Amino acid sequence: MIHSPYIRKPASVQSVMLTVLLALLPGITAYVMQVAAVVVVNLLIATVTALAAEALILALRRRQIAPALSDLSAVVTAWLVVLCFPPILPWWVTVLGVLIAIVAVKHLYGGLGQNPFNPAMVAYCAMIVAFPSLMSQWPPAGQLDFQTQLDLVLGGARQLDAITGATALDAMRTGLRTSGASVESVLQQDGAFGAVGGRGWEWLALGYVAGGLFMLARRIITWHMPVAFIATLAVVSGIFWLAEPARFAPPLFHLASGGAMLAAFFIVTDPVSGATTPRGKLIFAAGIAVIAYLIRVFGAFPEGIAFAVLLMNLCVPLIDMKTQPAVFGHRGSRP
Amino acid sequence: MIARLFNFHGGIKPDSHKNESSSLPIANAPLPPRLTIPLRQSVRSAARCLVAPGQRVLKGERIGAGEGPLGTDVHASTSGTVVGLAPCAMAHASGLDTLAVVIEPDGKDEWIERRAFDHRAVPRDAALRYLSTCGIVGMGGAGFPTHIKLGNGRGIETLIINGAECEPWITCDDRLMREGAAQVLSGAAILHELIGARRTLVGIEDNKREAIAAMREAAAHLTAPVEIVAIPTRYPAGGEKQLIRVLTGIEIAHGKLGTEFGVQCFNVGTAHAVHRAIHYGEPLVSRVVTLTGNVSHPGNYEVALGTPVETLLALAGPKPDTDRYLMGGPMMGITIADLSVPIGKTSNCIIAASPALFPPPPPELPCIRCGACARACPADLQPFELYWFSRAKNVGKAQEYHLFDCIECGSCAFVCPSHIPLVDYFRFSKSEIWARERELKASDQARERFEFRNYRQEREKEEKAAKLAAKAAETRAKLSGSAAATDTAAADDPKKALIAAALARAKQQAATAESGTAAASHANGPGAPDSTNRREQPHPHDSDATS
Ligand code: SF4
Ligand code: SF4
Repeated sequence: MIHSPYIRKPASVQSVMLTVLLALLPGITAYVMQVAAVVVVNLLIATVTALAAEALILALRRRQIAPALSDLSAVVTAWLVVLCFPPILPWWVTVLGVLIAIVAVKHLYGGLGQNPFNPAMVAYCAMIVAFPSLMSQWPPAGQLDFQTQLDLVLGGARQLDAITGATALDAMRTGLRTSGASVESVLQQDGAFGAVGGRGWEWLALGYVAGGLFMLARRIITWHMPVAFIATLAVVSGIFWLAEPARFAPPLFHLASGGAMLAAFFIVTDPVSGATTPRGKLIFAAGIAVIAYLIRVFGAFPEGIAFAVLLMNLCVPLIDMKTQPAVFGHRGSRP
Repeated sequence: MIARLFNFHGGIKPDSHKNESSSLPIANAPLPPRLTIPLRQSVRSAARCLVAPGQRVLKGERIGAGEGPLGTDVHASTSGTVVGLAPCAMAHASGLDTLAVVIEPDGKDEWIERRAFDHRAVPRDAALRYLSTCGIVGMGGAGFPTHIKLGNGRGIETLIINGAECEPWITCDDRLMREGAAQVLSGAAILHELIGARRTLVGIEDNKREAIAAMREAAAHLTAPVEIVAIPTRYPAGGEKQLIRVLTGIEIAHGKLGTEFGVQCFNVGTAHAVHRAIHYGEPLVSRVVTLTGNVSHPGNYEVALGTPVETLLALAGPKPDTDRYLMGGPMMGITIADLSVPIGKTSNCIIAASPALFPPPPPELPCIRCGACARACPADLQPFELYWFSRAKNVGKAQEYHLFDCIECGSCAFVCPSHIPLVDYFRFSKSEIWARERELKASDQARERFEFRNYRQEREKEEKAAKLAAKAAETRAKLSGSAAATDTAAADDPKKALIAAALARAKQQAATAESGTAAASHANGPGAPDSTNRREQPHPHDSDATS
């Protein structure tokens, strides 16, 4: 028998996921126009792989396939994997990344809603450790024609050094390692930089912000995580920058480069593997920003967000436990 | 004075569906062929039957006497003949049966003699007793007796009249305020005096503009400090604790009463009933009920208590695709299992449900921890955590996360994109905890019984030992005191004497042995006389020692 409440808001996991996919579109559009149109092909490959993997594993687990596939959560995971991987990866790396995300991270932990780690971030970390050189080949914005990109993705013909460039974060790191270099001089000598961040990538960042605002408006995410992430990244990078402007890039550079905005609105905010209480969300996102910054500047990888997310994923149970909001009537408020 | 409004966390805005019935004035529902008036008006107390089959009763006549401090009297809601006493289903989630008086109306609707009651002329106690004899209970929620809620006449600063009516579909309070604003406020004034309040606030959701206007208009003619406050329309603003929070900023925790915080809350229907009782001498025999949902003629009706739901439904004309009926609103109401249940004092609304109006929820998906439920929860709980613990049957953890602060308002389940019936999980966990507590109590009792049995067995053993020892002593005295006699007896029958002596010896041995162990186990020194004394010692279990 059905019990109260007898009415439900017309909400579904599917509509939540669809909103996330829609919100990714401005960023993807900027990606196609500014950096590499081949990302569309990658998205396609990843989507098909994710759905096939999901169907297969559901069949193995003897679960109903149709409802789980139509909730679109696998597609969201697939797209996020693609958007944080370099676009000119051979197709099988994308497939492998998606398989890791869906099969290992999601389903081996019990399926939708059960994974303690962010699937896309695990995929990223696994791949960058397994294929460090492939995973650090990024096309210089607007330099490769579509056919070349496609050949790289599907064919695997790779005369790498000729066609790939460094990302802005990478260029900044290596640039600053040479003696006598300052942020200023590095910014001037390399074509990887645009107005504030990586050339072309600034537009992606804007696109992700637009999508993020859309999700905020649709109440898919709350303000806590994006605000805490962006503010903390700005403050931490700002402190270093103010202390030694020649050695540390300004906050805006950090915000507009790499995956910062994608992370702020789409990665950090993953509800399943993130903290859930209001205060917990602030701590979680701020923690990611701090760790990501430290890895970017002092660590072994140019981009640190993925590792930062996984590290903070580990802390989620503790954060949630320690930040339970006071329950109605237990605040002892008396006017 | 404009009251400052406070906010409560969460809440939802379901479609109100009030327009279906809010424009329809309260009409008198015709009397059914038979009224079934339950003697149990709430879960807490049942009334003692005062009538016998065949007896004629008048409208407003007492047919049940309230028992215990929480009892209120039960009245005939029209004139007619008592045709029987029968068990009937109660309109309660428990689906309990209860004894009811069945009355066949005579159609005259003849009142008992009614006389206004001057509550100012009598001591406060007498006024409260009068309300209880009029059967006045809260008409908004659980039907708690009004005379109890009025407390001791001290310490209540703010009286709140609840006209929020936040559940979708229901419009009975709206209509009552539109059509009987002056009476509602008159009742509020009486409650105000009886409770000794300093101010009275009437909270009405701002989607009921006509009701607010009518109440303000009526309040303008009053001298009493009554304020009509429009509050934001957001379910569950009409929950007692949420309303108190919105109007006063006070948060009443689970298990605490408004009185402890200087506020008390009554429904507008209750205020209206108090007015009728005091000014017209009418006990509570009818109430306004909204009939709505999948019906051709929705409406609001003044319904005699005891009218079966099915006869009432005929007025509204349920459409053919109606598949069930709800009592109360769609957020917290219950499915009516048996349409013969009578309208009671808290039955505010009957909704005909159809698959189109209330579609069954889509299949449950796993929780994605999106937090929508936590954002909607007016009790500031984390429903998905409670859900997780409930699923894992980790009821201890659920309790730690304040499961019992859940008011089962349904907001969380309403918003959940995974369509998880969260409230059902919480109900399950609560019942699980209650069951465990009952079990614990039962096992406690069993243990006590067991311990008492041990104690009793031991005591009996001691008594037996004492008796034996006494007898042995007696025998010894006899033996030595009348040696001569024994000798002659021995001469008479040496065999017999030998046997008797052996027996006495054996008894004596056994006696010393037994009293020895008994005494040792009590560490109380040896000796038979002692154990007889111990018998008189009071024992904690002696009072219920019937086994
Ligand atoms: S609303 Fe539903 S899916 Fe979202 S966190 Fe709550 S229980 Fe989970
Ligand atoms: S039913 Fe309980 S947990 Fe759910 S929103 Fe209402 S109070 Fe919160």
